[in-house]
Amino acid sequence: MGIAIATVLMAALGLIFGGLLTMAEKKFHVEIDPRIEQVRSYCAGANCGACGYPGCDGFAEAVVKGEAPVDGCKPGGLSCLKGIAEVMGTTASETEPLVARVICQGSRAVAKERYEYNGIPSCRVAAGIAGGPKLCRFACLGLGDCMAKCKFGAIHMEDNLCVIDPNKCTGCGACVEECPRDVIKLLPRSKTVYVQCRNSDVARVARDICMTACIACGRCKKTCQHDAIVVEGGFAHIDAEKCVHCGECAAVCPCNCITIPEVTA
Amino acid sequence: MNGITRILLFMVSCVLTHNFIFSRFLGCCPFLGVSRKVETAASMGVAVTFVMALASLFTWLVNHLILIPFDLEYLQTISFILVIAALVQFVEMFLKKSSPSLYSALGIYLPLITTNCAVLGVAVLNVNENYNLGYSVLNGVFGALGFMLAIVLMAGVRERLETSKIPEPLKGFPITLICASLMAIAFMGFAGLA
Repeated sequence: MGIAIATVLMAALGLIFGGLLTMAEKKFHVEIDPRIEQVRSYCAGANCGACGYPGCDGFAEAVVKGEAPVDGCKPGGLSCLKGIAEVMGTTASETEPLVARVICQGSRAVAKERYEYNGIPSCRVAAGIAGGPKLCRFACLGLGDCMAKCKFGAIHMEDNLCVIDPNKCTGCGACVEECPRDVIKLLPRSKTVYVQCRNSDVARVARDICMTACIACGRCKKTCQHDAIVVEGGFAHIDAEKCVHCGECAAVCPCNCITIPEVTA
Repeated sequence: MNGITRILLFMVSCVLTHNFIFSRFLGCCPFLGVSRKVETAASMGVAVTFVMALASLFTWLVNHLILIPFDLEYLQTISFILVIAALVQFVEMFLKKSSPSLYSALGIYLPLITTNCAVLGVAVLNVNENYNLGYSVLNGVFGALGFMLAIVLMAGVRERLETSKIPEPLKGFPITLICASLMAIAFMGFAGLA
């Protein structure tokens, strides 16, 4: 009998409190802008913080308040941009999505090493020790600081070199900031032809320390029919605006440091 | 001793001598968690005061009107928790409506008041000490004010700690705990007061 009374009383107590809370919820109901939830649903949802706000929720709130730009979520890509623009009633300016590219091919096979590094596996640490384990001072150290930073699992290490999967990369730029050597650059996604070296040493030194270093010979510049290449500061640059992705420069490069990864792959 | 003196002494003892944090060691989680800035500490104190006052009132009513008449004192803990959880929910809704800035400042710690042992502690203490309704509510309000005093003092200390030179191994929580224990020793000095 006692147990029945106890059960009934506790249930009644629970019901009463539940009822009171329901009434309070009605009375103190707060209208939340439904657009916040909609904007939030279009975001990439990785809480990467690349937009500068604390997480996707913070970004969504800032967008609805008008503080953040509608194209603030880079990882979300075009669909996110269009979605948010639609929710906010503006038209999205079509910006080409970016993707992170590694400007180095100095794997263990081609780039000479200064010493064998057995320390803490961090590029930032290694870069500070006697100029880094690789002779080239522009080389990717391949110890994976960017990999640890990537929220999208787009980066892996292959033979002492960082490799970015363009299909997984969202162009948030977290790795670009993390790299102590500035080896990673954000480039427009469609620009698949780029020089994979930024060594500015003189040709002999560059060639000596890395088989795939740009030696600023200028053959690509001569070959290019669209005037898209300049050789400046000791290595070649391709003007993404003028480049038509013909790949002729890549074919003549004696050091194989221009590639068309996505077309050939 | 006349009535008013008794009540005054009771208040002083709640705040200082029987301080919830420094002599009963209840509610240490929010005490260490929300004592980074004086403002947030103060608002946490206000929220706890509100909840503890209401909790003392309602748990006393539940205990004396429902549990004792039906001989169900053994259900005290669970029914008190029910009351406290409902109260905290209510306070949360109320704050969300009336003061969104306070609501976001308290953040996760507001729902955590549910599991603040000081709140359940005050309810159980009221029962154990056989306080009447008035004393129960006084115990709740002034006990919570004692909590608020402690957390605000601690926040003041921690703000100073931010800019002081602290030996590397003691940085962060170790020095905070040392400060807390020193403050507890200081509060022990009030023991003879009431």
